[in-house]
Order: sequence, then C-alpha cells, then structure tokens
Amino acid sequence: MEYKVFDRTKPIGEFVEGPDDDIIVCRCEEITKGEIRRAIYDGMYTVNEVKRYIRPGMGLCQGLTCGRNVKEIIARELGMSPQELEESTPRPPARPVTAIVYADCRGEEEK
Amino acid sequence: MKRYDLIVIGAGPAGLSAAIEGAKAGMRTVVFDENEKPGGQLFKQIHKFFGSKEHKAKIRGINIGTELLDEAEKAGVEVNLSSTVIGIYPEKCISVNKGDHIENYRAESIIVATGAAERMIPFKGWDLPGVLGAGAAQTMMNLHGVMPGKKVVMVGTGNVGLVVSFQLLQAGCSVEALIDAAPRVGGYGVHASKVARTGVPFLLSHTVVEAKGKDHVESVVIAQVDEKFRTIPGTEKEIEADTICIAVGLNPMSQLVRMTGCEMQDAGGLVPVCNEYGETSIPGIFAAGDVSGIEEASSAMIEGHIAGLAAAKYTGWIDENEFIEAVKIRTSSLDKLRQGMFAPQNKGKKIENTDEGIPVSKSLLEKGYMDDEEMERYPGVVKKAGVHPVIECSQNIPCDPCQEACPFGCIKVGERITDLPAVVEDSTCRNCGACVAACPGQAIFLVNEDAEEKMGTVSLPYEFLPRPEVGDKGVALDRSGRVICDAEVVKIQNVGSFDRTAVLTMKVPKEYTSSARFFKKEVY
Amino acid sequence: MRIEEHPILGEYKKGKKVKFSFDGKELEGFEGEPIAAALMASGVTTHRHTRKKGTPRGIFCAIGRCTDCVMVVDGEINVRTCITPLKEGMKVQTQYGLSADKEAEK
Repeated sequence: MEYKVFDRTKPIGEFVEGPDDDIIVCRCEEITKGEIRRAIYDGMYTVNEVKRYIRPGMGLCQGLTCGRNVKEIIARELGMSPQELEESTPRPPARPVTAIVYADCRGEEEK
Repeated sequence: MKRYDLIVIGAGPAGLSAAIEGAKAGMRTVVFDENEKPGGQLFKQIHKFFGSKEHKAKIRGINIGTELLDEAEKAGVEVNLSSTVIGIYPEKCISVNKGDHIENYRAESIIVATGAAERMIPFKGWDLPGVLGAGAAQTMMNLHGVMPGKKVVMVGTGNVGLVVSFQLLQAGCSVEALIDAAPRVGGYGVHASKVARTGVPFLLSHTVVEAKGKDHVESVVIAQVDEKFRTIPGTEKEIEADTICIAVGLNPMSQLVRMTGCEMQDAGGLVPVCNEYGETSIPGIFAAGDVSGIEEASSAMIEGHIAGLAAAKYTGWIDENEFIEAVKIRTSSLDKLRQGMFAPQNKGKKIENTDEGIPVSKSLLEKGYMDDEEMERYPGVVKKAGVHPVIECSQNIPCDPCQEACPFGCIKVGERITDLPAVVEDSTCRNCGACVAACPGQAIFLVNEDAEEKMGTVSLPYEFLPRPEVGDKGVALDRSGRVICDAEVVKIQNVGSFDRTAVLTMKVPKEYTSSARFFKKEVY
Repeated sequence: MRIEEHPILGEYKKGKKVKFSFDGKELEGFEGEPIAAALMASGVTTHRHTRKKGTPRGIFCAIGRCTDCVMVVDGEINVRTCITPLKEGMKVQTQYGLSADKEAEK
C-alpha cells in the first residue's frame, strides 16, 4: 500500500475530548492519547510532525513501544488506514547511547 | 573501518542460520547482537516445536538453540555480543556500539535479522509495575528463574499468549484468565486445550479496561466488547491479580533495515519488500526472520539459510547452480511450514472446515477446548478394544512427529504434514506412550475403556511439578478443566527420550475415559 | 519469587550469591543475573518514578528495549536493569526523574 499525505485543506473539525484521553501512549515521554489527538487539531498531520511537536517516540526507547500506537491514533483521527500513514523517519542512533561513547570511534584515526 | 564479506545483524535463529551459510560458503562473516548471549528468543522457548523432523519438530526450542550455536561455532562464524548496531549507512557501512566506544564496519552484503518487539495495547494503568509483555514474563521465568507474579491475567490468545500461559503454570504461577478482544482463540487449538484442561478460563470478546493498584497491579477490570471491539457498558468485571501479561502480537523491528532506504510495506507491521530469497529492493541488503514478517522460529531459521545462500551468490562465493540446488531444499522445507489453517496466506480468514472437509470445532475457538460431541468427527478420535491412542488434533497445522513416534505404525498423518492424524485401523497399540510424549501440542492420550470391569485408564502428557507418583489419589479434570471424578495414578513413564514430558496413566471409572484429560492431586 | 525447580529446566544455573544494596537496604542475588531479576526475586517491583507525573514503573519488556526498568546504578542514571548483570556490592537506587534524589525532582 502506498503512503498518502493528508490533504491539509480538508477541514477536520474541532477537537472533541474522548473518554480515554488520559491514557499514556508514549511511556518514555509520558504523552497521553489526548495530547496526541490535540496535536492533530493543532495542525500536525504526520507522525514526524506530531513527534517533533510533543515528543512521542523521542524518549529512551526511541518509539519501539509506542510507534505503532501513535501511528494508529493519528490515522484513526484523520480517517486514514494506519497502512497509509508513513512512520517517523528512522535515524541513527537506533538505541540510546551516551554522547561520550558516540564520539569515541576508537582506532578509526589510523585508517 | 573494519571490512568483512558479510555482516549479519542479530544472532537469533534467522541471523545465526544466515551466518552459518555465509561462513560455509567461505565468506568472512561477522554477527552483531545487542544481547549478552546469542540465540535470540530461542532459549526462552521451552516447549517442543511443531513441524517435521527436518524442522527439528518435537525438540524444545532451548535445545534447538544449543544445536544452532554449536553449528555456528563449527562453521567459524564470529559473533560479537553486547554489540548494538545503531546505524546503517550507504555503501553497506554500519556503526556498532560496543559499550564504551563505537566501531564502524563495512561488508559486501548485509543480512538484517533484528527480529521483532512485542506489540502493546495502551489501557488505563498499563504503565503500573505488574503489567508486562508476555515475552518479558517468559524471560523472567525461563531464563532467570524468577516468577513474574502469583496471579496472572493473560491478554491475548495467539500462540505467544497460549504458550506463555502454559509456561506460567509450569513455573508455579496461577493463571486467572486468558482474555482476547477477538471472538475466537487466535493460536493453535492444541496450545489452548492444554491450558484449558488445567482449569484456566478463556474469556473471548473481552478487553482490559483498567489495571488497578497503587504501586503495583492489584486487580484488573475487564469488559466484554461488541463486534466492533467497543466495550459494552455494564459488563465490567474485576479480577484479582498482581500481574497482567500482554500478548497481542509482535512488531517487526525494522528501524535498522529502513535506514538503508529500501522499499517497505505495512503488512500489519512494517516490513521490507523482499524477493523470495530475502533480498530487499537494495541489492546486497537482505532481511530474514521476524523482521521480514512475523512467523515461527522454525521458519525464521530456514529464511536465514536462504538469505545466507543468496548473499553468498550475490558476492560470487557460490555460483548460480550451487545456489539453486541448495536453496531448493530450503524452499521446499519452508513451504511445508507455510501450509494449513495458520499459514501466512490464511491470516485473518475465518475457516469453517478442515482440509478434510470436517467442520472446525466451535467450542475450541470460543472456549479453548473441544466439546465432547464435537470430538468424534476427527480421524484421530476412535473407540477400540484395548489400549489405543486418541488424537485430539482438529486443525490443519504443520506437524507430524506423532506418525514417526509410534514404532508400531498406529498413527498416520498422510500426504501433507498438515493433514489430521488418524489412528490406523488394524494397528495394535503397545501402550508405550511415545506418541503422548512426542506430540508438541500435547493432544494425544492413550485410552483403555475396559482395563477392569468398571474402570478404564487414560494416559496423558504431564509437565508439572511436583510429579505425581504411582498410587497417588486425586481427581480427573475434563477438557474444560472441570473436576469430573476420582482418579488414581497407576503408572508414570518418564524415560529420557520423552524429554521431560512424563506420561501419567490414571485409573478412572469407565464412563469417564473419553472425557478425563488431566490429573490433579487434590480431594474431590 | 524464585522458581526452585522447574519441570522442564530442572535447576537454574546461577552464579555465586552476592550482596548488593537497594536504596540503602542490603539484598541478595546471584552474580551475573540481571539486576532486575534479583530485585523481582526480592519482591521489589518499582524501579523508578517518572519525570513528569511521578508514577511508578517496573519491568516491562525484560530485554532492554523499552527502558522502563532504568535505575540509578553505582551513581549512573538510566541503567537498564533488565540487561545489566548484577555484581557484588552494587549500589542500586530507585530513579526519580533523572536522579536518585526523591526531592530534587519536585
């Protein structure tokens, strides 16, 4: 299935509170379902935008736990199938690494 | 930058199998794994595997893991542990976190075998200690010997949920219930049955509403859902439990492979688009195992072998003819596993009849066990004079160790390994118990309706402690786990070849021989 | 709680018994097993309190992926206790936000 870009000129209505808005979705950054849904109504229509706006998936686990759930919430809110919505861009480092280790490329200089 | 011919990411069943092929072809092969020990999730799999002899059926996952490590060592595979690949870059370069520094590597080809992570469903209180992945519970008990809790509610009835529930019982935990939002059990019926007969209730069309507790789970609120998975108000029920295990599926860990820029597809989980040999849209980058689509470990190993061979061909270490010969065997082996009701192509389909045209058991799907009246339509369920096997196998799954286990030719699976096993008409059972211990689904019983004037015997697989002894008196449970009659243990077989599956024979009143399927040493 | 004997695995192969401290209390575990296993065996299930909401968290994935079980170990924060081997004399502390100081985060 091809990814689709949500048409930004299409009105999506007003944010309406949901009964389970207080459920944590991103465990690392403690982002709730309600916060993710609100972000969409603030104009964040892609996983990458929501991620940069309120940080789900930017914590220690790098979205390993919540990635799929965040994508599903956004897709549902926009009336898309989760399959149509592109995931956030994967980037190194894929796992948490301290800056001091990241900078230490031992033995690289002589080559 | 260090150079190799082949880099494999992940030392699980797929990665190690791929590396073995690479090394055997003569490639300088290196494997990286973030864990302290190799083997991926194999060493938590203490159950006997399904499949055929060529897939190492009836061998426990832990032992398959040991064999695989030996093979990798013999092939000269270099495995780097506690080495986390944190990035893949153009020109097949990777960077690896070695704990206190980063090392960079480059190879002619890369095989990504990063496996999968557990999928999670958020609900109120799911961040409380005591809520954990089913795989996490499995890790704690099978690898580290620690019970994850005393009273557990399992969420999800796929094979992971069913297998881990059984393992929780083996570890001494109590499983309060298995729940699933779907109206039908998702995993193998035989896995469900061995849990159900111990008395664990299956609550289908139910979801978790909330995990309650202050610093730890104290109870779980569940509720019924309608056909659109919406909770039905007023159906909430609170179950006392200290642990909630989530087993709602797996997500391929495709973050690394995506960094290559290869074409991806979302097939209920994001996976790279691969050709039949595991090659992604980028030449020289391969994927094998769960990262390329969730399946069993047996399939992952074969996919690994195929990707390893393909990588060797890609870089010219084996020629086209060698490749075709070697890959043919693996492909046919993989095809056998991808048959039957649970094959990838049947995912999500509602199956009404077996390949033999027999209606599937509704109660098995809805309650986790087969009703008495549904039993007799299956070819393995017969009544005969004297001792004979009763094979309660009602789904077409790729598995045939029973046929091989019987030295007297009493059991026949048929042409395909997914065919339902049948009891051979003119055969004579010698009561050896080999089939009972061999069946990975623990679905075979030896029944003698007329052992004595009023009493019959039932032999069943038993994998719990303390192990009952001859002379022990207790109760017999039926398939649903309901106590039905008194029972006395008359024989315990536990020979080496049974591999810790004891075969327990109990004496029960004649009329209960077709329903008594479990023994508990307690008073009626 | 520890599983004394397992019907399939028999007895577990463990390292030697070691002592470590958890929030100042002395606990016992086996060398080389994950810190999280030793804590769970001793009945400790809260590993940290979160930064924003201060809610308790414990073992969730047990294989180093979810990072929920992080604690302060020998003074270092964010140590994944489910994959960090236990050693004699380790100082393990509940993590509050990003430190072992319960008050600092408030």
